[in-house]
Amino acid sequence: MAEMEVAIVGVEKRLWSGQASFVSARTVEGDIGLLPGHQPMIAALDEAGVVRIDPTDGEAFHAAVFGGFLSVTAESVTILAELAELASEIDVAAARDELQRAEGGGDDVDDTAAAAARARARLRAAGENPGH
Amino acid sequence: MAASLRVLRRRIRSTKNIAQITKAMEMVAASRIAKAQARVHAARPYSDEFTHVLTTAAKAGASDHPLLVAREEPSRAGVLVVTSDRGLCGGYNANVLREAERVMRELSDAGKQTSLFVIGGKGVGYFRFRNRETAGKWTGFSEVPDYPNATRAADALTAVFLAGGDETVQRPSDEGEEEGGGSRSTSFVPPEEAEGLEGVDELHVVFTAFNSVASQTVVSRQIAPLELEDDESSEEESSGSSDSGEREAEYEFEPEPEVLFDRLMPKYLRARVFAALLDAAASESAARQRAMKAATDNANDLVDNLTREANQARQAQITQEISEIVGGANALAE
Repeated sequence: MAEMEVAIVGVEKRLWSGQASFVSARTVEGDIGLLPGHQPMIAALDEAGVVRIDPTDGEAFHAAVFGGFLSVTAESVTILAELAELASEIDVAAARDELQRAEGGGDDVDDTAAAAARARARLRAAGENPGH
Repeated sequence: MAASLRVLRRRIRSTKNIAQITKAMEMVAASRIAKAQARVHAARPYSDEFTHVLTTAAKAGASDHPLLVAREEPSRAGVLVVTSDRGLCGGYNANVLREAERVMRELSDAGKQTSLFVIGGKGVGYFRFRNRETAGKWTGFSEVPDYPNATRAADALTAVFLAGGDETVQRPSDEGEEEGGGSRSTSFVPPEEAEGLEGVDELHVVFTAFNSVASQTVVSRQIAPLELEDDESSEEESSGSSDSGEREAEYEFEPEPEVLFDRLMPKYLRARVFAALLDAAASESAARQRAMKAATDNANDLVDNLTREANQARQAQITQEISEIVGGANALAE
């Protein structure tokens, strides 16, 4: 099976890197699936989104990615994000709290909307259903 | 002689106290180095990859976005100087500031005006003492910088860079579109503190790069527009065929390049500033550790010398006392 070099790199550290056969992510223009041999591309990701990676060895997993973009060449996919969390690292309870607080509303509409989007992305990445 | 012995003993005591304090500071700095060093290494992939991606895109001629292509006839340059908040770190700040002065002289020789941005209390104090105007200053995080710190500084830099030379930063709220080629409409909203600052055509950063615990060097780098190392890349191209093939490949952009690079630009500057801050923090701790080690060693040397002197004084006192007793006994015997 064809494979490509995939890395998720956060500002503070490299979260994950390895061989993978498939990557899916949501860019600002829509969902995108990447297979090895893709045309070189640079794409901005959703401000708060979920990335799915199918490694060649092991189970597919998700990661929540904030303020990221991805760079694709024929052999590699690099996801760069200001903040990224692997599904296994996400604290579901905290994200639920966060979502509830954000949906409860606050003074700053922009801020709460962004917080809610972040919390939803976390929950989606962790395989939970954030509702609407 | 008794008085001088007492003075010597007092000096020994206070010097020992100083040695204890500097020793403690040395240990603190040493433990910080390891942590700071780990952060530098952990954060390096992000800024390296980012720079790599943008460089590749620029070489592919993806866009004439100001981040990628130098503006013609730059009139003003921004310089970000990264210093420490606290002293007691040897020549660390002096070296950075010397380099900053050199860079600014070079820029003004090239006919460019400079806007000064300073991080760290020592740098702020240095320029204030000399009555030099700073366009932006941030303090309070030089030893353990985090990403939001870098974001604040970098966003101000983004604002002035996007405004461009001969223009000033305007927030969209008070004036919508602006005419002229200098400023452009972007999704980026300049931070409040940047409002009214004069725009720049290029950005430089002066900081101390952390090579190892034993070696740190002050470097100045141009962070925007991107510096393309032409000589190096042409060599690469001739050596690796697969590499050049990759570069020739057409890049796809989502969304279109202009919008994409507008989005990436603030992130890019944050990454570069953050990397510089982390390097500077590690270097600062290393410099402080070295300075405090030297201070401790000096204090210990001083204690040794003073102890020797005190012993001599004590011996002299004893000798004098004996000769006085002998002299007195002799006088009685006669």
